[in-house]
Amino acid sequence: MEPKFDTNVQELKYKVLKEVAKSYWDGILQEDYNEIPKRIVPGPKPSMRCCIYKERAIVLERMKLALGGNKNIDNVVEVINIACDECPLGGYEVTNRCRGCIAHRCEKACRLHAISFDEKTRQAKIDKTKCVNCGLCAKACQYDAIANFLRPCEQSCKVKAISMGEDYAAKIDDEKCVQCGACVYQCPFGAIMDKSYITKAIDILKGSEGLKKYPVFAIVAPSISSQFKYATLGQVITAIKKLGFQDVIEAALGADMVAYHEAQELAEKGFLCTSCCPTFVTFVQKYFPKYKDNISHQLSPMAMIAKWVKQEHPDAKVMFIGPCVSKKKETIDKVKDYVDVTLTFEELQALIDSREIDMTTLEESPLDNASYYGRIFARAGGVKDAIIEALKEQGSDFELKPINFDGLENVRNGLNQISRGQLDVNFVEGMGCVGGCIGGPCCLTHEVRDKNDVDKYGKLAKEKTIEQAIEIFSPINK
Amino acid sequence: MTIAVCVGSSCHLKGSYDIIELMRRYIKDNHLEEKVELKATFCLKNCGVAGVSIKVDDEVITGVTKDNFDDVFHKYVLSRL
Repeated sequence: MEPKFDTNVQELKYKVLKEVAKSYWDGILQEDYNEIPKRIVPGPKPSMRCCIYKERAIVLERMKLALGGNKNIDNVVEVINIACDECPLGGYEVTNRCRGCIAHRCEKACRLHAISFDEKTRQAKIDKTKCVNCGLCAKACQYDAIANFLRPCEQSCKVKAISMGEDYAAKIDDEKCVQCGACVYQCPFGAIMDKSYITKAIDILKGSEGLKKYPVFAIVAPSISSQFKYATLGQVITAIKKLGFQDVIEAALGADMVAYHEAQELAEKGFLCTSCCPTFVTFVQKYFPKYKDNISHQLSPMAMIAKWVKQEHPDAKVMFIGPCVSKKKETIDKVKDYVDVTLTFEELQALIDSREIDMTTLEESPLDNASYYGRIFARAGGVKDAIIEALKEQGSDFELKPINFDGLENVRNGLNQISRGQLDVNFVEGMGCVGGCIGGPCCLTHEVRDKNDVDKYGKLAKEKTIEQAIEIFSPINK
Repeated sequence: MTIAVCVGSSCHLKGSYDIIELMRRYIKDNHLEEKVELKATFCLKNCGVAGVSIKVDDEVITGVTKDNFDDVFHKYVLSRL
């Protein structure tokens, strides 16, 4: 059965990753390098672009990113210039749905007097020299006749890091970028991609010589529970082990630990922003620096559990698998001592299929390290719920006033409100993606039921409280 | 002596936390705190076996349960100290 993706762009990305992984496992990538584009774009007719030669050239560019991308670019997100369709950028424009009505709500809504009307057709016109793209006219129109012709990449980028470069292709301002990965998922032409470290992962797995040389552990993000619709979670875990991992560990156990210590830190400091989402952390540092000292000092759940694994198994290699582009940056910049490679669910799918592992035929393996509360970190509001629980378990009398924001637009609005004193809160859960990690850019699916899947999986946890789950971290001194 | 109790998913579900709890108690009751280091470890690759896996120094012992714990502790820990 073919894996299911939300879009054909994701599928193309997957195909390239899979082919590169396959050749790399077999040690024939060099010989195979120019054959891969032909396998993905066999021709003779093009299916995506003007001709198969352009399609193949784009595949080659995607292969470079699959192999780690441009070393001179510090960001983990890159534009594939030749894949960029150079979408027109018009901003708000009146379309032919405008009926030339007499109410002129659009005109009244525009405070900058940018709207006038054609004398003959009576249709609205926007004076581009006055318009600031606020969108109020579009909201006012009852015929939805005014549309925003922003480029999808620019529209997806909530920190305005994307603009048009000199060659008309999209350009990312790495200083502004917070690695949320929204553009990677949103660009309809797949012209923006996250760098992949899939070959580094294969090197580690091969180098362990079947776990004889050193153990290799996979840490999986709790959002994995909503990802693979055609196989059970137990089968996914077996598949990961078949790739050559000694064990699969829940990042959610790290989350339990984060929640426990963060609750203590909160009670001490009195005001805290969460540190688990690297996009949120970077966003606060770049756009709300006055709150940067209020970011929790806890490691992220990924790093927390990875640190512990390395402590218990000093020779081990640790890989994280999640829905996130930003985690790649966090890994390289901050926690490379604990996490050797960070992969995404898309890359996991590619790895599994590159080894021709049919998950539907596999036995199930258990995955159970964390509590319900660690597991629900995967969805918006989960950290908040875990902090409430942790304070309760600690018998704290701290008066918690929590709030959670998901998606950078909500995060920005929320932090603005807090800084204006309009919100009386002392704990801010921030997540870069809408819906939390289950809305991550490298999720295989982005469906409404994903949240239910996470909650259901959370409730299956053997340990019912955070304290029970993290008891093992201090076996002797109890 | 180092004792590592497997806390991988499989052993966790088979009761590794109970075994850790028993270890703590036995170590305390026998006043071995100075002699024994108790640790947790991830998978010891014996998932198919009933009971929990533990590692005493370099030896892996499988099938540890609440019922046979007393025997295991005597045989692999007490008799060797």
